[in-house]
Amino acid sequence: MKRIYTIEDACIGCHLCEVGCITEHSQSKDPIRAFLHEQVRSISRCTVEELDGGVISLSTTCRHCDEPDCLRACISGAIQKNDAGVVRIDTEQCVGCWSCVMACPYGAVQRNLAKKKANKCDLCPDRKSPACVDACPNRALVYKEGSQK
Amino acid sequence: MNYVIIGNSVAAVGAIRGIRGVDEQGNITVISRERHIAYGRPLISYLLGGLITEKRMAYLPEDFYEKNRVNLLLDAEVVGVDSARKQVKLAAGDTIGFDKLLIATGGDPFVPPIEGLAGKDRIFTFTTWDDAEKLKGIAADMERVVVIGGGLIGLKAAEGIHLLGKQISIVELADRILSAAFDRPAGRVVAKKMKANGIDVITEDTVVRIEGDGARISGVTLKSGDYIPCDTVVVAIGVRPAAGFLKGSKVEVNRGIVVNDTMETSVKGIYAAGDVAEASDFFSGQKNPMPIWPDAYIQGDVAGTAMAGGKKSYSGGLAMNSIELFKVPTISMGITNPVEPKEFDILTYQDAENYQYRKIVLQENRLVGAVLVGQVDRAGIFSGLIREKVDVTPFKEQLLDPDFGFIHLTKEIRSTLFAPYGKVA
Ligand SMILES: Cc1cc2nc3c(=O)[nH]c(=O)nc-3n(C[C@H](O)[C@H](O)[C@H](O)COP(=O)(O)OP(=O)(O)OC[C@H]3O[C@@H](n4cnc5c(N)ncnc54)[C@H](O)[C@@H]3O)c2cc1C
Ligand code: SF4
Ligand code: SF4
Repeated sequence: MKRIYTIEDACIGCHLCEVGCITEHSQSKDPIRAFLHEQVRSISRCTVEELDGGVISLSTTCRHCDEPDCLRACISGAIQKNDAGVVRIDTEQCVGCWSCVMACPYGAVQRNLAKKKANKCDLCPDRKSPACVDACPNRALVYKEGSQK
Repeated sequence: MNYVIIGNSVAAVGAIRGIRGVDEQGNITVISRERHIAYGRPLISYLLGGLITEKRMAYLPEDFYEKNRVNLLLDAEVVGVDSARKQVKLAAGDTIGFDKLLIATGGDPFVPPIEGLAGKDRIFTFTTWDDAEKLKGIAADMERVVVIGGGLIGLKAAEGIHLLGKQISIVELADRILSAAFDRPAGRVVAKKMKANGIDVITEDTVVRIEGDGARISGVTLKSGDYIPCDTVVVAIGVRPAAGFLKGSKVEVNRGIVVNDTMETSVKGIYAAGDVAEASDFFSGQKNPMPIWPDAYIQGDVAGTAMAGGKKSYSGGLAMNSIELFKVPTISMGITNPVEPKEFDILTYQDAENYQYRKIVLQENRLVGAVLVGQVDRAGIFSGLIREKVDVTPFKEQLLDPDFGFIHLTKEIRSTLFAPYGKVA
């Protein structure tokens, strides 16, 4: 399956992948509205980590694991892996127990505290390639066929 | 090939997927004594408290059994296993033959003999959907409840009942609640929050007598001599492996059904997984029951794969709990409270005022345990470090940092996990 990979040396720490992700998962899909006017701002599914004021940075995201630890830990069955291999959370079904946060070794599940729901990369079902990948100005994120690790 | 699975919960589900990953043809029969399809057992407190509706209890997508071609027998209890004839016997009298058998029967709640308990109406345990329904059914004329046991199930029951607006006392024998997962400071932080919510948390004490006339309960007397008036008692002391039906089957049962690293029992062709099993521990390798949801899934998957002839081996049970009580999230994993603290390197951060606590347990520069209270984000990174036995020396100082992440690890680890090079399927 196609996965999102990170080229650390190309990351400039601009956080545009996060902006792209938040916008894609907003109601309006418009960055200004998503950041300024929507009542609950969605939470980025990718996480940019930085050190030494940005000298080192990289964007981390879900690996859509072959044997997802998040799925195995989920007590409600909200997390399922579909036939294409994509691991998604059914937000309605989620009870906000954070078992997936505890189990995911990639730190790829976020807590949406306003909604008390877990949140993770869904590989953007409405797009050809994920919003974070398209948003990266330096091609530090690549979307291609590959294995988990 | 005829696969028979006794029990229809998370371990069984892991096993069904495990079998189908290897064998698309074989017949799978699942036998459960419950009348419900697989449900999120830990969700029964959410159901009791009215946080979710019945619709949310279903653990699986609707088409699961059909898609995996599972023959599901509900409301059917297995009362015996004949290992020589390869048959299981049902309570109704009929027998079902198997080539490979999985025992995934979980645990039964344990009710100790307490004086005055026999014959009382409102004594409950809290491990099934039906238990939650029963409690909900009498909620209208329930006022004060005593929960015996301050472990996970007791606290969850207490939370559900609290949400119904009832008064609760929890009586725990140990010096803190959740003693299995928590150390003292973490137990205190959570107990403080519970007390702030009006829940009476009594530690280092136990119920010695249940008082009342006939079937009616009027209160309980504690070992300390204290008396707590109440009309309902929930017994949540613990669960025991549901393995009674194995008498005479030659399957070895210790504190659970003893299994090897493919989940096979002492009898060839018979496997066990989940709360009923006693598999090897991640750290010590010794046989140890690990009654948690994620582990039941993993054991089920290993068992199912092995039953179908595939190769997978259990890497050992790692204790892991994510418990949010009264809006304080907590995550604990691994060794959280070492018996011989001198052999470990322990780092802590505490801000009890704001319900924050972090503890990191290291042994020979490897992470072996963590407790996070309050700020629990990305806790899974720790579980990865434990499982992969990563040397934490280069970033030890950052482990307590709430922003701890991959950036603090070595570039080599980061590249292995996230870089694209060579990762072509
Ligand atoms: C209130 C509560 C909250 C919990 N919260 C958490 C949590 O937050 N996180 C966590 O990790 N764990 C939690 N647990 C523990 C978790 O539910 C168990 O670890 C898990 O359900 C074990 O799964 P299992 O498949 O081994 O067995 P079970 O889920 O116990 O299922 C076994 C099934 O087998 C059936 N069965 C037994 N004997 C027979 C027989 N002879 N014939 C036919 N059928 C039989 C039983 O009726 C049952 O349906 C909680 C448990 C409870 C009760
Ligand atoms: S959330 Fe974590 S465990 Fe789940 S599929 Fe993604 S990387 Fe794997
Ligand atoms: S937080 Fe939601 S998705 Fe995560 S384990 Fe709990 S129920 Fe499942």
